[in-house]
Amino acid sequence: MKSGGEFLADHVKGIPRSGIRDFFEIVQKRGDVISLGIGEPDVSAPWAVREAAIYSLEHGRTGYTSNSGSLKLRNEVATYVENIFGERYNPENEILVTVGVSEAIDLALRAVLNPGETVLYHEPCYVSYAPSITLAHAKGRAIRTRAEDGFRLDPKAVAEAAKGAKVLLLNFPTNPTGAVLSGRELNALAKVCVENNLLVISDEIYAELTYETKHESIVTRPGMRERTILLHGLSKAFAMTGFRIGYACAPAPLIEAMMKIHQYAILCAPTLSQEAAAEALRGAEVTTREARESYQMRRDFLRRKLEEAGLKPTNPAGAFYLFVDIRSTGLTSREFALQLLDEEKVAVVPGEAFGPGGEGFVRCSYATALDRIEVAAERIGRFVKKLGERRLVAAR
Amino acid sequence: MDPLLQILKERGRLPTAELAKLTGKSESEVEKAVRRFESDRVILGYQAILDSDKTGHGGVRAVIEVKITPERDGGFDRIAARVARYPEVVSCQLMSGGYDLLIVVEGSDLKRVAGFVAEKLSTIQGVISTATHFQLKTYKEAGVLFLQDDKAERLSISP
Repeated sequence: MKSGGEFLADHVKGIPRSGIRDFFEIVQKRGDVISLGIGEPDVSAPWAVREAAIYSLEHGRTGYTSNSGSLKLRNEVATYVENIFGERYNPENEILVTVGVSEAIDLALRAVLNPGETVLYHEPCYVSYAPSITLAHAKGRAIRTRAEDGFRLDPKAVAEAAKGAKVLLLNFPTNPTGAVLSGRELNALAKVCVENNLLVISDEIYAELTYETKHESIVTRPGMRERTILLHGLSKAFAMTGFRIGYACAPAPLIEAMMKIHQYAILCAPTLSQEAAAEALRGAEVTTREARESYQMRRDFLRRKLEEAGLKPTNPAGAFYLFVDIRSTGLTSREFALQLLDEEKVAVVPGEAFGPGGEGFVRCSYATALDRIEVAAERIGRFVKKLGERRLVAAR
Repeated sequence: MDPLLQILKERGRLPTAELAKLTGKSESEVEKAVRRFESDRVILGYQAILDSDKTGHGGVRAVIEVKITPERDGGFDRIAARVARYPEVVSCQLMSGGYDLLIVVEGSDLKRVAGFVAEKLSTIQGVISTATHFQLKTYKEAGVLFLQDDKAERLSISP
């Protein structure tokens, strides 16, 4: 007779728990911690957005919407995507509203992959990519990006890894590294995708949080629209993580396939959240500009403070993370994070949580109030100094 | 907007060392820039936003709509400036619509504000009429909410 865990599917058993979840539980047990480990904005959603949600409840809009999402929201998405990404999608059949980008990634992978097919992804990367590929019964092939290249993806490395692969999963700007691809790199990458007949699933959730340059999407490159599923959502730039609204834009047959899975698994994204999202997109220009300016100031501040502390943070062009090189301390990323938490009560996320390529780094989120960032940076500086002194003593 | 101005606008006159840290400039650069903003009258002043219910010096505040006759030379400016110079007048703006000046007047009690309107404001030559509205309660001032939002808790670590 089987019981409990013996009923589990093999491929699910094989998936490790998220390293972030693991570390979260350690941090939760300590009080009085300053956290640079948070992957969400430190402000609530704009008031107009919250007010739209209240209004929709007051007016009793508590039923289902169309499986694809309300047409009102899809129309707003179409306009917004055209403005930000420079590509027009038909709200009738080329846009699907999902429960965050996370659901959209799952739908996209399940819609296009047969068991055993291969997905390329760059790594270090967001924690859900490799497990989502496994859950779709496919195989992941990681392409390592490196600090020396600013964690940008080399199109040549993609070409070399492309043999037998069906899908390329992209995330620029990248969580956890903040890397962004230049227009020229996108051109070269698009060419590789077309030549190797790859489908691209492009998670561009941090698009608005691109600092020195304007965000560009691979979907605008020649030959890419028909082979790209563009994913975006409102969590980051609109501070709406808890609303759980994302969307996918792609040619109709791909959206139709994703919609079928969504229809049977989820039915529709929460109506209340869809109402709020439509309002957010209407007021997008001010919200996203303010968010960008505020994060950019904090990024520059944290980077300076960490450099003063003798660390080497990357110079991220997007998202709200600094991926900090801690190899000079001689500690693993997990040791560094645990000791920092113990000795200085500052939480950062060990880079190993983002794949083997993240080892030697820790992720510091600057989506936190400036005064907290300042104290955290001072404590990190003190900690690094102490480590240096200890190494000197040990060497004698 | 200049990032330094943005910080000063939102957070007031922080210590120079703090401003230097936030903007990534040296303290002397910041000092120089602030002095320049002040001398060019880009920055006109720095004030704290107080909840007068808690200071014990609440007083009363009135918003007054004022109709005035524009003059041949200078339009509304000369009369507006005369009104604005009274220390009781906290703000004074020329408006479009049904009246000309919108002024905010503060006084220790109702009688004083009423006295200011009757004896000073209404008697200025060119002032045609006034409509005085006394403020009952403040919910927001200079972009700052008087009601406190609940502190939203975030997970201490999230992906």
